[in-house]
Amino acid sequence: MLKGWKDIPIGGIIDEPGKSREYKTGTWRVLRPILHEDKCVHCMFCWLYCPDMAIVIDSSGQKPKMVGFNYDYCKGCGLCADVCPTKAIEMRPETEFIEE
Amino acid sequence: MYNIDLKKAKAMTGAEAVANAMRQIEPHVVAAYPITPQTPIVEYFAKFVADGVVRTEMIPVESEHSAMSAVVGAAAAGARAMTATSANGLALMHEVVYIAASSRLPIVMPVVNRALSGPINIHCDHSDAMAERDSGWVQFFAESNQEAYDLTILALKLAENENVRLPVMVNLDGFILSHGVEPVELLPDEVVKEFVGEPNVMYPLLDTEKPVTYGPLDLYDYYFEHKRQQVEAMENVKKVFPKVAEEFQKISGRKYDFVEPYKLEDAEYVMVALGSTNSTIKYVVDWMREEGFKVGALKIWMFRPFPKFQVQQYLNGRKGVIVLDRSASFGAEAPLYEAVKSALYNVTIRPQMGSYVYGLGGRDILPEHIRSAFEDAISGNLIVDEQRYLGLRE
Repeated sequence: MLKGWKDIPIGGIIDEPGKSREYKTGTWRVLRPILHEDKCVHCMFCWLYCPDMAIVIDSSGQKPKMVGFNYDYCKGCGLCADVCPTKAIEMRPETEFIEE
Repeated sequence: MYNIDLKKAKAMTGAEAVANAMRQIEPHVVAAYPITPQTPIVEYFAKFVADGVVRTEMIPVESEHSAMSAVVGAAAAGARAMTATSANGLALMHEVVYIAASSRLPIVMPVVNRALSGPINIHCDHSDAMAERDSGWVQFFAESNQEAYDLTILALKLAENENVRLPVMVNLDGFILSHGVEPVELLPDEVVKEFVGEPNVMYPLLDTEKPVTYGPLDLYDYYFEHKRQQVEAMENVKKVFPKVAEEFQKISGRKYDFVEPYKLEDAEYVMVALGSTNSTIKYVVDWMREEGFKVGALKIWMFRPFPKFQVQQYLNGRKGVIVLDRSASFGAEAPLYEAVKSALYNVTIRPQMGSYVYGLGGRDILPEHIRSAFEDAISGNLIVDEQRYLGLRE
């Protein structure tokens, strides 16, 4: 929830360190990556290439598994879909998800 | 109005008076670049630094853009920081002038008003200050050298108030005040030091216990809220300034306000102006009063925030209001006229109004010019949508 003008420090000053985590850059996204699990071979290419560390991994097993995306930070650049060797990631317009 | 004790006063230029205010304030940092007619302020102050009179860190920068940038950095660090400039120097600062205001840094800057190029001109008009009127700085205009000195000291306390946190520009007319010699009563050093006190620091960058970030990217999600805060800070100036002026009166005996009425009690025709021309207007008011004309003057001490309420209070019901502007707004009404006219939109009895542009590029303004404008008003010859000129060759 964004704060009103009376509840933020003056002058655009950020008054404590490490606050960028609270800044959800995912709102910039125009295209949303969708995972087709049946095609994914968990090669970790998407994880390696993602510039925003927005690929969610389950590393509890012997080999890490790709399980989805962190939409709070994914800006929809589409690099993951581009590098995916099995075409398991599809970029869909955000307009299709407005209801969510 | 105030009386100067001539036994205590010293003859000095406006530049020397302002430099002495800076000496007494003794800011941590002064970054400046010389430009006519501001130069003597920097010269005097540089001498104070060289002579060890002040402990200020003086940064002789390579341009005004750098001067304002250095002062912004120093103020963000938590230092008391000042600079001074004129005309094209102010224009070169322009980008950083906005950053100082929007970063809410309480910088005080005397501006020695000079015409903006081109063609190039070094003499007085208000085009430089008017180009910054929407920058978010508080703007004072001084009538005399005494006022330039007083307002520089007063400005510091206003700027640093926690409900204000805005930079303040103290405007003084180029050459007319900056190089003109008048009696000026300096306050004792210790009185000024006590008045300005220790700097009221907020969010200092050098406080490593509480790290802060200045100037982050501020997009459509918060920029608007930060602008709303600046609007509020300007509103707060209207509440804080009378208190600061009252404190200043206690140490100096001189009373400052948003505006200064002159012989207004029964005045039917009132002239409104900024800066040193008010002295000439007062002279003409006295001259015409001797002949029985009910004329008066309203000096605007604070142009930003614009003292709309006081303007309404003093001008409602007058027969005629004449506004003098020492700058033009090409394609629109002159800045002061526009503000006064807008303020009078919803008064109960609207006066007749007339706009007179004068003194561009240092063109002399004579008592006869001012009298002719008053005579236009008295003869019912003011036209609200007509801009006229004083001292211009047709």
